[in-house]
Amino acid sequence: MGLNEKPLSTLHEKASYELADFAVPTGREEEWRFTPLSRLKGLHDGTAAASGAVNVTVDAAPEVTVETVGRDDQRLGKAYVPADRVSAQAYTAFEKATVLTVPREAVASRPTTITLTGSGDGVAYGHILVKLEAMAEAVVVLDHRGSAVYADNVEFVVGDGATLKVVSLQDWADDAVHVSHHHAQLGKDATFRSFVVTLGGDLVRLSPSVSYTAPGGDADLTGLYFVDAGQHLEHRLLVDHSQPNCRSNVVYKGALQGEDAHAVWIGDVIIRVEAEGTDTYELNRNLLLTDGARADSVPNLEILTGEVAGAGHASASGRLDDEHIFYLQARGIPFDEARRLVIRGFFGQLIEKIEVEELRDRVMSKVEAGLAG
Amino acid sequence: MSTLEIRDLQVAVEDKQILRGVNLTVKAGETHAIMGPNGSGKSTLAYAVAGHPKYTITGGQVLLDGVDILELSVDERARAGLFLAMQYPVEVPGVSVSNFLRSAVTAARGEAPKLREFAKDLKAGMDALSIDASFAQRNLNEGFSGGEKKRHEILQMELLKPKIAVLDETDSGLDVDALRVVSEGVNRFRASGETGVLLITHYTRILRYVKPDFVHVFAGGRIVEEGGPELADKLEAEGYEAYTKASA
Repeated sequence: MGLNEKPLSTLHEKASYELADFAVPTGREEEWRFTPLSRLKGLHDGTAAASGAVNVTVDAAPEVTVETVGRDDQRLGKAYVPADRVSAQAYTAFEKATVLTVPREAVASRPTTITLTGSGDGVAYGHILVKLEAMAEAVVVLDHRGSAVYADNVEFVVGDGATLKVVSLQDWADDAVHVSHHHAQLGKDATFRSFVVTLGGDLVRLSPSVSYTAPGGDADLTGLYFVDAGQHLEHRLLVDHSQPNCRSNVVYKGALQGEDAHAVWIGDVIIRVEAEGTDTYELNRNLLLTDGARADSVPNLEILTGEVAGAGHASASGRLDDEHIFYLQARGIPFDEARRLVIRGFFGQLIEKIEVEELRDRVMSKVEAGLAG
Repeated sequence: MSTLEIRDLQVAVEDKQILRGVNLTVKAGETHAIMGPNGSGKSTLAYAVAGHPKYTITGGQVLLDGVDILELSVDERARAGLFLAMQYPVEVPGVSVSNFLRSAVTAARGEAPKLREFAKDLKAGMDALSIDASFAQRNLNEGFSGGEKKRHEILQMELLKPKIAVLDETDSGLDVDALRVVSEGVNRFRASGETGVLLITHYTRILRYVKPDFVHVFAGGRIVEEGGPELADKLEAEGYEAYTKASA
């Protein structure tokens, strides 16, 4: 592959299962420059020894097979190769992996929930593989709660014609640290819907990525975050179009309030030479509710072919619009309620896309509680 | 019966003085038209009375039934019975018309309206203004045409039943059909005789549908001439030239 075929945005990237292939980040690297390394509790420099602080339980639909397997299971690491130091650390250090399998043409009759509960002080590394065979359909929820220092890799393998809908809820306690890679590999005509909600934690850095192994793949990546004082919530998206006639749509929205509330959103979309007929769009919006909050938003779209069906990106970070509030108040609606209506409106259409109704209500009430506090 | 009394009102935007002592009294049952050239301060009057944060009051009072509403927040003024139909209603993404109207009616009445009753009132109000039923589910003002926005402002006025309504260039940008529908709404609203209307306009056209009792000519940030409906006819014939020269 010549230089002109290799996307510039990937030139610096590595992929390896070996921890030694990745230098300890210093914070000057492009991929680490927004992340406060001192708050990673050693996940990045090898000093965080695993103590098994995260308990994994699965409530599965009857059509879904659940296994807990060791490191040597041959199915692991097939779809995703770690792309940074913490990811490689997690891959090197996890002891047990959770594997969900949905057999060919099986349709899961209810959502399958994987609950990951942090038990307090301590470090844990994890690995999850969700595999949908051809034409299978399932909804999977990852529910992160409690307190932990946790790094993991999650592989979603979506077979030909299969449909996987994932909701990943980062509802950690205030002191949790979570660094995670979610990689979806889409087969021919596969459909992937990801909904990420990040609310809790001192530092959360989540990197969802998508790759395609055949034409016709369709990925929607939706995210919502609410950042309170002192929190660092970072989402790094990568959609790599390497096959013709695939589609991707990325929409992430966040609200921030309080001193040193910090959101980072990186959205990389690559359309390679061979990915003709790609249709992609990515959007990030941040609502800064108070002074002292900061949002960094960096969309990158790299197009190496002239034959795209559609490609665009947009990013906007701003304050609550005074004119919106004035209009509602001019109709007698008190300030606090006007603010709530506008923020609910900002998130509302997104929240409606969450597949599981209980989660919709839980997310809405968390956001409302955040606003009231 | 309600009275809005504007006394020697002076208003600045940033450091620029716009209103230079406005005196005007609107009583329930009366319709006043404020006419004037662009840039004379007509809209400043409307927004300052409603409490828009951009406008700084540098002097004077605005009394609604004896209470100085300049001391009140924007929403308190609205709940006291003041309504401003805006010239450029803002689009609010994600907030549906029905949700917004219910919140506004709840605020105005101090309690949530009964769902069935509210739905009935809303439907009647929308029918009267030829607003399609699908509007209720749309986001507030989002993608509305100019005429749809104005009809929606009048719908709000009819639902909220304020004591005094200020209509800021509600006629601008409307074709004749939309103007007639909007004017009928204003006429229904004032037919009770219990409400006052302050109609701000650049053109005399709407005054053929909504007959004013008093006409005030605005220039250079104050009222420079007052009279009855005949004053509008004079403006129609002669334009604002005499006033803009005088105030310059």
